[in-house]
Amino acid sequence: MPMVDIDWLKEHVEVPGDLTYPQLAKDLVRVGLEEEEIHQSTVTGPIVVGYVVDALPEPQKNGKVINWCHVDVGDAYNAVDDDGKKVPRGIVCGAPNMAAGEKVVVTLPGAVLPGDFKIEPRKTYGHLSDGMCASERELGLGSDHNGIILLRQYGFTDQEYEALKPGDDAMALLHMDNPVLEINITPDRGYAFSYRGVAREFHHSTGAAYTDPVMELNKALPQAADRSDQAPIEVRIEDDNPIHGVPGCDRYYVRSVQGYQPGSATPSWMRRRLTRAGMRSISLPVDVTNYVMLDLGQPLHAYDADKIEGPIVVRRARQGERLTTLDGKDRELSTEDLLITDSPKGEAGSRILGLAGVMGGLYGEVTDQTRNILIESAHFDQVTIARSARRHKLPSEASKRFERGVDPQMQPAAAQMAARLLQEFGGARIDATPLDLDRTTPMPTIDFKPSEVARLTDLDTDRDRIVAILEDIGCEVDSGAGQVLSVRPPSWRPDLGEACDLVEEVARLVGYDRIPINIPSAKVTGEVGLTDRQLRKRWVADTLAEYGLTEVLDYPFVGRQDLTAFGYDPDQEEAVSVELANPMAADRPFLRRVLMLPLANTVARNLRRGNTNVSLYEIGYIFVRDPKAPAVPTLSGGTRPSDEQLAQLDAGLPEQRLHVAALLTGLAQDDGWLKDHRPVDWTDAVESARRVLDRVGAHYRLEQPEADQVPAQWHPGRTAQVVLDDGTPVGMVGELHPRVIAELGFPEHSSAFELDLDGIFDHLDFSPLQAKPISTFPPVRQDLAFTVPVSVTADQLASAIREAAGTSLESIELFDVFTGEQIGQDAKSLAFAVTFRAPDRTLTSEDSEALRSAIVEKASGLGAQLRA
Amino acid sequence: MAEVEFDPAAVTDEVSEGIGEIREASDLEELKALKSRYSGAGSAMARASRAIGSLSADRKKTAGQLIGKLRADFGRAYGLKEGQLQQEEEDRRLRAERVDMTLPVDRKPQGARHPLTRLMEDVEDFFVSMGWRIAQGPELEAEWYNFDALNFGPDHPARQMQDTFYVKGNQARDAAGFVGSNMVMRTHTSPDQARSLITRGVPLYVACTGRVFRTDELDATHTPVFHQCEAIAVDEHLTMADLKGVLDKLAAAMFGPEARTRLRPSYFPFTEPSAEMDLWFPDRKGGPGWIEWGGCGMVNPNVLRSAGVDPDKYSGFAFGVGMERTLLLRHDINDMHDLVEGDVRFSQQFEMGE
Repeated sequence: MPMVDIDWLKEHVEVPGDLTYPQLAKDLVRVGLEEEEIHQSTVTGPIVVGYVVDALPEPQKNGKVINWCHVDVGDAYNAVDDDGKKVPRGIVCGAPNMAAGEKVVVTLPGAVLPGDFKIEPRKTYGHLSDGMCASERELGLGSDHNGIILLRQYGFTDQEYEALKPGDDAMALLHMDNPVLEINITPDRGYAFSYRGVAREFHHSTGAAYTDPVMELNKALPQAADRSDQAPIEVRIEDDNPIHGVPGCDRYYVRSVQGYQPGSATPSWMRRRLTRAGMRSISLPVDVTNYVMLDLGQPLHAYDADKIEGPIVVRRARQGERLTTLDGKDRELSTEDLLITDSPKGEAGSRILGLAGVMGGLYGEVTDQTRNILIESAHFDQVTIARSARRHKLPSEASKRFERGVDPQMQPAAAQMAARLLQEFGGARIDATPLDLDRTTPMPTIDFKPSEVARLTDLDTDRDRIVAILEDIGCEVDSGAGQVLSVRPPSWRPDLGEACDLVEEVARLVGYDRIPINIPSAKVTGEVGLTDRQLRKRWVADTLAEYGLTEVLDYPFVGRQDLTAFGYDPDQEEAVSVELANPMAADRPFLRRVLMLPLANTVARNLRRGNTNVSLYEIGYIFVRDPKAPAVPTLSGGTRPSDEQLAQLDAGLPEQRLHVAALLTGLAQDDGWLKDHRPVDWTDAVESARRVLDRVGAHYRLEQPEADQVPAQWHPGRTAQVVLDDGTPVGMVGELHPRVIAELGFPEHSSAFELDLDGIFDHLDFSPLQAKPISTFPPVRQDLAFTVPVSVTADQLASAIREAAGTSLESIELFDVFTGEQIGQDAKSLAFAVTFRAPDRTLTSEDSEALRSAIVEKASGLGAQLRA
Repeated sequence: MAEVEFDPAAVTDEVSEGIGEIREASDLEELKALKSRYSGAGSAMARASRAIGSLSADRKKTAGQLIGKLRADFGRAYGLKEGQLQQEEEDRRLRAERVDMTLPVDRKPQGARHPLTRLMEDVEDFFVSMGWRIAQGPELEAEWYNFDALNFGPDHPARQMQDTFYVKGNQARDAAGFVGSNMVMRTHTSPDQARSLITRGVPLYVACTGRVFRTDELDATHTPVFHQCEAIAVDEHLTMADLKGVLDKLAAAMFGPEARTRLRPSYFPFTEPSAEMDLWFPDRKGGPGWIEWGGCGMVNPNVLRSAGVDPDKYSGFAFGVGMERTLLLRHDINDMHDLVEGDVRFSQQFEMGE
């Protein structure tokens, strides 16, 4: 994101003399330009200008040649000889460009350079080197490390160079001691990707006087009378593949300069500003194009005019075309890529010069031989450039600006500015005649009711103030008669398309802090509060935490290894799993179909960390892919789709159901010194699942499948299915299969449940429970022990008892389960304590005898026999 | 029948001797022995009682009165001492039963809610208290709801693969790239703005908490799966002033009565005007200060149009805050890993108040 240098900002707006960077950041954020960072200088002095009095080359044994130099650094810093006289400092310098008579940058003992590089006197090559002559890189000013900085070549004018005296503060000279502000630009404000834009915003924030540099440059454009009818080059825009119907290029503007003096130096101020913006100084023509881009926001391209053969054709790439870009990478082009091409041997558009608005190619660039230059100042479509930059992973300075939107009316001004700079510093002549292929259209006007400001923001702003603000941001406002203003936004604000956009402009310039504060009262219509499902979801979470489990929130991503560990057939599962196109981890591309899988990984992580008795639960969504689901349609925004289209959107979405799952490991009861430890087993899973089911009010039973019907995740003999009264299965509970437990490295008998909460909620009617009256007549208790075949479940027998006892049954409690020789193989004993109580009378002994026989008879249907 | 000797002085002496010994008794056993010695069959009192029957009628009366008084005196002394000794013995026994009440007793393992889900419930309760409803939308969402309905154009940078999890669809399953299913893991809870507007209509006051997904690597401040709370109100006459009011109230509910918010101009496709929202956080480590907390603005007319709501008649505001960020700030948590890794020690500290 762009850097803001106060020294540069001053060019366009009257900056207070005492403006600090923190204050600048505050001023800009108020109007929406957010501070990213204030980059502080990491360099401390003394760093001064030095005059090289003598430099004696001394070849070394290692083949290197060093210079033993004496450098005058001014009286304040010079050394003192035996007679107490000030003399130049002795400094060893290995740079090949060191020479007597040069003015250089000397870092003196005590200075600290980037990377915490402390300068100290040191003995080297047989001398005491009392300071260091610095390169650009050592000072953090750039990447050049081929030699030390020679101030003679640093772009000062002759007078400026003459004026440099030994001992002058080089940090101030090169602006090394200044911080610089980096700001963030939101995607709607492409114009602020320039000093032109930032200066305007500073003006909006502070009221400081602002001059639009483009307006000034436009005044200096050659008048029609000065132009010839000889355009510098012919240009054709031939876009046969526009994206969303928008041509890739709607303006192509060229200025030509001739007689440029190769090797002309970039002036020091420009070099310094580029460096502080994070750009490297390369050559005057390249530096000028970069400088204009940073200043105005218009990316430019400079071509060697003698290498370009007209016409220039702006076109899309053809299938199979390739380009080696300036960074040396060979790229396969897409038919969406927009190209700048020229026409050698009269073959129009046959040679690719560059990827428009993104990066140039190797041919046609300005070199150190170039004398005649074509300056391309064009306007490209945001989407075209954005796609190309992303496709080729080339977020260049140019593409960043084009994809946010460049002012389509500033191309002449930008080219003018570049030509002027090449004239001034490169001795070039400017050709007065431009080429301007302009297919841009004016910004449409917006009908704007000033009352919209109050309607959306509650700001009390009068019409005159609103008009003044809109004009200040560059709008043309027709404020004639009537309620409605006709507002034409400035060319650099493509984001202003609707009344609400103008409201934001008014509000942010008046100040969001001026908006009053009000607490709206929601219109309560229909139901209030949480829904029955939302409430029950919370109850489930609380119930399990109270039961002793810990809630977690897992990533919902699973992979083959998770499926395999749980004994699933991965191929079968993956066929019905939702798959991400771009997963975080390539080995976990699927979305969970059960919560248990990610939950197991979290349990494992806890166990690896030495946590014991890890029992976790999660409430979350699972995703089920329907291989026959219809496609989700592509619809555009801005209008309400039909009900049918909305139904199609939802029909294509995979099913997403709210589940709760728990995994229990370790000790269910662990009372330390009391020595009453009990490992988790299936009973804990059943009890916790029952608590959840009872808490939400589900009517359910557990059905235990035959061993060969039990899914591979579960222990074949210790697993039950949770079934609602109407037969809907809503979950599983039991002990994990020993193989799964071993695979996961869990303690033996680790147990689990997983319930489909949506399935359970779907079958609740959420009506209030209808309470039974409480009988005050005495109870009759009976113990009934039955011998039953092992295949008969406790639940089946209890249900039979309940059914037989009818309304007189108050409670039934299993108090003993017994297997053994006395009973015989394939049988077990189940003993129940049964309590009867009538609502309206005391039960007689005849009554209880009749109930007992009814129960025994009913139980015999299951093969149960009452034990004596 | 020979008259048995009745000696009032002797029986009185013996009883008072007995009462004296009872007062000195040191335990219940000794006390019982004294009782049988001084009131048992062989005692002076028993002998005297038996002798009364043979006394003359006039002597009988005074002798009976004497014996009655002696019995009562003896019984009173005995009862008093018995109560005293019982009390002492109980005291002794209970003292012996003393235990170390500081012994740790944790039969059931400690369970815990995740602080993040609890925070989301707090946020939901805040909105419910203002009369709003809570909505939930799908995590795997149609692109139309996640982007198009929210005024993200087809080429908006957020729609790129580096930010958004795209989902393979049935139709694209065998094609290269798989993009084009028109489904994504929702990148924000904002699709519920559109869903709520479409299914509930206006006036609308709805908040939604939920999971969202972005392709950020897990580090100290990012996680690819995180949670947001989205709020949207659309009605006649709603303005940014109402937005500011609700934000300030929420800030106070989450961070204490001194907390408040401020707005900075910003940009989101689904709001216009848009703002970044900063929180004045009085309990910030290192001193109170402003901290970025979320994004907000007035619902963009295109969002209203996408839901069939007339933007000239209705206006509304929307905002979103990150739940992880809120939790990190509130509890001075420095590392996102703690929130996502599910280490039981992390959540349990919130239950135990450590």
